Amino acid sequence: MEKLNPINSPLGTPDAAAVNRGDQRDQLYADRKKVYPRRVYGQFRMIKWVVMALTLSVYYLLPWIRFDRGLGVPDQAFLIDFPTRKAYFFGLEIWAQEVYYATGLLILASLALFLTTSAIGRAWCGYACPQTVWTDLFVHIERWIQGDRNQRIKLDKSPWSAKKLFLKVSTHLAWLVVAALTGGAFVFYFGDAPTLAKQFLTGTAPLTSYLFAGGLTFSTYLLGGIAREQVCIYMCPWPRIQGALVDENTLLVSYDKKRGEPRGSLKAAAAGDVLGDCIDCKQCVAVCPTGIDIRDGFQLECIQCALCVDACNGVMDKIERPRNLIRYAPEEHVTKKGTSLIFRARTFIYMGLIVLVGGIMLASLIVRADLDVNIIKDRNPLFVRLSSGDVRNGYVIRLMNKQHADRPLAIRASGLKGLTLRSTDHAEGKELQVSLPPDDSAAFKVFAVLPADAITEGVLTSGKGEITFEIVDMDGHVISRQNAPFNGPRS
Amino acid sequence: MSDKHEKDIDEISGVETTGHEWDGIKELNNPLPKWWLYTFYACILFAIGYTIVYPSWPFPSSDGWTYVKGTADYAQRTEVADEIGAVKAEQAKYVDEIRSADFAAITASDELHDFALQGGKAAFGDNCAGCHGSGAQGFKGFPNLNDDDWLWGGTIDAIYTTIQHGIRSETDPETRLSDMPRFLADGILDRDGVLDVTEYVLSLSGKSEDAARVARGAVVYEEQCAACHMEGGAGSHDLGAPKLADAIWLYGGDRAAIYETVAYARRGVMPAWAGRLDDATIKQLALYVYSLGGGEAAPMEGR
Ligand code: SF4
Ligand code: SF4
Repeated sequence: MEKLNPINSPLGTPDAAAVNRGDQRDQLYADRKKVYPRRVYGQFRMIKWVVMALTLSVYYLLPWIRFDRGLGVPDQAFLIDFPTRKAYFFGLEIWAQEVYYATGLLILASLALFLTTSAIGRAWCGYACPQTVWTDLFVHIERWIQGDRNQRIKLDKSPWSAKKLFLKVSTHLAWLVVAALTGGAFVFYFGDAPTLAKQFLTGTAPLTSYLFAGGLTFSTYLLGGIAREQVCIYMCPWPRIQGALVDENTLLVSYDKKRGEPRGSLKAAAAGDVLGDCIDCKQCVAVCPTGIDIRDGFQLECIQCALCVDACNGVMDKIERPRNLIRYAPEEHVTKKGTSLIFRARTFIYMGLIVLVGGIMLASLIVRADLDVNIIKDRNPLFVRLSSGDVRNGYVIRLMNKQHADRPLAIRASGLKGLTLRSTDHAEGKELQVSLPPDDSAAFKVFAVLPADAITEGVLTSGKGEITFEIVDMDGHVISRQNAPFNGPRS
Repeated sequence: MSDKHEKDIDEISGVETTGHEWDGIKELNNPLPKWWLYTFYACILFAIGYTIVYPSWPFPSSDGWTYVKGTADYAQRTEVADEIGAVKAEQAKYVDEIRSADFAAITASDELHDFALQGGKAAFGDNCAGCHGSGAQGFKGFPNLNDDDWLWGGTIDAIYTTIQHGIRSETDPETRLSDMPRFLADGILDRDGVLDVTEYVLSLSGKSEDAARVARGAVVYEEQCAACHMEGGAGSHDLGAPKLADAIWLYGGDRAAIYETVAYARRGVMPAWAGRLDDATIKQLALYVYSLGGGEAAPMEGR
């Protein structure tokens, strides 16, 4: 690890100036000024590494995990299967008509985002947002190839040469490789990963997978390599929304003005000026990936990555002053002597909502049936009078079998005196046997017949009645019960 | 024109303004971003290429307006025709099978049967719904095809024959034909005789109150009607004679309607479809009508 000397750093920093400065903001239409984040070491940088390793490995590896579901069903643990319109997640199987689970998941995700934001600000932005993770990765690639901040600034200022060309081209190539791996990994969520990988390399994969991989490669390269902090500042809506979620109790990366000001160099201090702890070394500015000066206060551009905290703590250690001149603290905490309240009404409400929504989803997942029943009554004609005087109603019963095996079932009907069932095969009786193919749905035409004397006895009131269909498994358990109307003549 | 053309540079942004001023507000003259400009040029080039390759410019010709055909010789019409052709070709496989297979074979194959029912439904809507109703529910004088009462039989084969040859079709020598006499109009019975028979027919389904007339009517029925309508009004599919002892009446089952039927007879007609629809369609129609739920199981059918 290279030693950082805040005053006479081997990389020589002190003239770092914030690119996005408060006092420059009225300068509209200015070109983007490139941000050259400097390398930093410390606790929060470590956390960022860990989160990056975790999120990237989950993203790249998840489609490759196998999960045995039995014959004829995909054995990929996480798979979104468009042809069969099903999504698999380990033991969970979501059918297309259950997309509301996805809605629930999105609601949960936003609630979790609200909770973290109100507690510790833009932690999502600083650590876990894909834009942050990939930008961070791309910045590191750039650093490995072109060197740290000052070397990069120098390289950009220098005239074009073979060496500069080589460094620039290899950086972009490395970015493209990472971007391609990213785009490629995404399509594996939508098909059997090993098969698709083989097809992909031999050029036999479906065209859409190439298109998606290509599109995502391009967008990753563009957003992570070129656009970077501009995405967070100009494209992302979240900085605008977070203002409503952050309050005086939220922990935010902030500079302790009381302790730091008036700032001034160590030399000035030695010369006898009465100064705060900030030695104006601008390390916090040099490391900031969005190019701001945190000493200006909480700003829209700050993604709460806390790299400036690490940088300043390094400086404080060097000059043997207490750490945490910049730290996670509530705004109030810095100015007055307040206490941070992670647990307060706002966070409790979000936690409550998360528990509620999560509970509803869990409960519905536990009780959800593996058989869907849909009964449609014939409307044209509403009923048929048979030659015996009996009244017959037709129904289409659509059954959807979510089990991976053939399923023998019986359909029963009750509710009106003397009711019998008939199938189109002329089978007749109190119940009809049907068999469902695995993982599939089938429709059965069923006729319900009410005897003529039931009509004359007035079983139907003004030509209307209701019957109950029961779907029964082989052990006689009723799996589903549904009512359907029954029509007859107004006797 | 004034040649004093000074550039007005905006102080804050350093960008040239358009020189116009509205209440102290000036408009910056920012150029289009380069990538936008080049995309625009690319679109122009594309448009030129497109008009060369594809049909485009209209121009008047000796027989009205026409258009430049383009080098690719493309037309949406041919594309539609191709697509229709492709669908037809795909269906042809099933249609051929239906044409050559017998009904038992068709119903044995789920795929073929489903196709036949869909095709039959469409053909029914086009050709039959006008009389029998869109749900085949029938109207007075036009049989309900959902119920289990069949004049000429309700097996698939019988339905198939009926559709092929029709009822009292003037064009088809093999048509279904039954000729009930017009007992009053033809002078076979007098008014009283007709009333007696009417009363007897009503009694077959327990709707009579005049025992004396029923007794007299029974004798007349035995002489005049039983040959076709059978003992006790059981009806005959071979002769197209309706059952008289059931709950279904094509022309109404009350006294007045039955009297009219006996006195003047009813002679419904149905066209013979054999010449108008191809055999595969007629087969699909028969299967569809049979599937409505009123069909009779054929004696030999094991299904
Ligand atoms: S806040 Fe810390 S890192 Fe930033 S200039 Fe002051 S001493 Fe240096
Ligand atoms: S000011 Fe600090 S916390 Fe905010 S983005 Fe910059 S380095 Fe990260």
